[in-house]
Amino acid sequence: MVSALYPAFRFVIPPEVAEAPTNTVHAGDLAELPPGSGKVFRFGSKPGILVRTATGEVRAFSAICTHLNCTVQFREDMQNIWCACHNGRFDLNGGNIAGPPPRPLERYRVDITDDEIWVTKES
Amino acid sequence: MRFVDAITRFLDERLDIRPLIEFAGEKEVPRHRFEGAYFFGGLTLFFFMIQVASGVLLLLYYRPTAEAAFESVQFIVTRVPFGWLVRSVHSWSANLMVLSAFAHMFSVVFMKSYAKPREMTWWTGCLLLAMAMGFGFSGYLLPWNELAFFATRVGTDMVSKVPLVGDWLLRFLRGGEDVTGATLTRFFGFHVAVMPLIITGLIGAHLAFVQRQGIHVPRGLEDDAERRGGMRFLPNFVLRELVVWLVGLAILCGLAAFFPWELGVKADPFASAPAGITPEWYFLFMFETLKLIPGMVLGIEGELLGLGAFALAGVLWFLIPVLDRRARRGEPSPLFTAVGWFVLAYIVVMTGLSFMGVFL
Repeated sequence: MVSALYPAFRFVIPPEVAEAPTNTVHAGDLAELPPGSGKVFRFGSKPGILVRTATGEVRAFSAICTHLNCTVQFREDMQNIWCACHNGRFDLNGGNIAGPPPRPLERYRVDITDDEIWVTKES
Repeated sequence: MRFVDAITRFLDERLDIRPLIEFAGEKEVPRHRFEGAYFFGGLTLFFFMIQVASGVLLLLYYRPTAEAAFESVQFIVTRVPFGWLVRSVHSWSANLMVLSAFAHMFSVVFMKSYAKPREMTWWTGCLLLAMAMGFGFSGYLLPWNELAFFATRVGTDMVSKVPLVGDWLLRFLRGGEDVTGATLTRFFGFHVAVMPLIITGLIGAHLAFVQRQGIHVPRGLEDDAERRGGMRFLPNFVLRELVVWLVGLAILCGLAAFFPWELGVKADPFASAPAGITPEWYFLFMFETLKLIPGMVLGIEGELLGLGAFALAGVLWFLIPVLDRRARRGEPSPLFTAVGWFVLAYIVVMTGLSFMGVFL
């Protein structure tokens, strides 16, 4: 019985697919990110979010909400990062400040070279 | 009539169906002032049959891949003759089926029809409602639109909170780490093959239990039922049930024709979740409750606490026939009536407030 069910049981669990780790991506250009704005970018197979503060500083975070996995967005009217799914809010340092998210967003390193924004995930 | 008699004789000579005909002819349904509640079970079955028929039609054009699913539904609703109507009927009927199942369940709770010897009817009924909600959840993703994508991401992420087996369950449901085309294909398989197989067995068992045990007369209404006398199942109750089905069909057609189900925008896994994202209405009370719980409560993650509370409530609800000892002894059990009213009020109020936009 067990020997008959075991293959079926294993079959329904998908195999681990090794993915080339993405450490650094070109997330966008400064020209498309005026002060007080933000945008979601592709970081490997996951979404990331860039925000540019009112003072012009560029910051990058994982765009995956720490509550239940939704993709967050920058809200210009609130000047913070917002998750539409359960009304969670994060400040521009990625800190969870309101709603159900239990942890801050993961922060990435930002390097700017010739107006190009490069985002690196530090181990 | 001669033709019907000939068919009956033909079958009886080979399958001995006369006892079944006699059983159906003698079967009676009790009459009392709440007898209207007995029609919801049949109405739920009627909407399920509509689901099967409209689902089979949609299968002729639907393509279950991330690249083609949205476009195939778009093709159904814009190019296929009456495609918009078939899809709208399928979506509306799913919602009416769940609504009717809820009405059926609460009528059983308030009439205490779950008590011994009908515990197994209650348990198969609870599983049927869970399956109906599972159908709704898996079917919601199939058009591969923005709302469905994020609702599925949130919904499946919840299972990862289950202690010990959460990650395993998440991979099983999603077909990988994230919601992708693999999830869509998997949900399609659940929706059109696995779940129909299970629900058919459950419906068979549920109906067999009802037939075997007869229909329950609530405590306090025995005199009323005796005074009015029973209603013959064939043809009286069946004809009345058919009228209810006709009303259900009229409501369904009206909703499907005048409020065609929207398709929305194609899912983009790299876009932000849109504002106003909500699951199907029957998940709203849980969805809104999770919004209200803070991130951390006494050192425990709020979502874990909320999901744990709902899971515990679900288990207790399932075990009502065991917990309500007074109903089992045929005594009044006002505590469980109050619990039933509280649960109903909570679901109605949270769902109503959500529709009013109070939680935005």
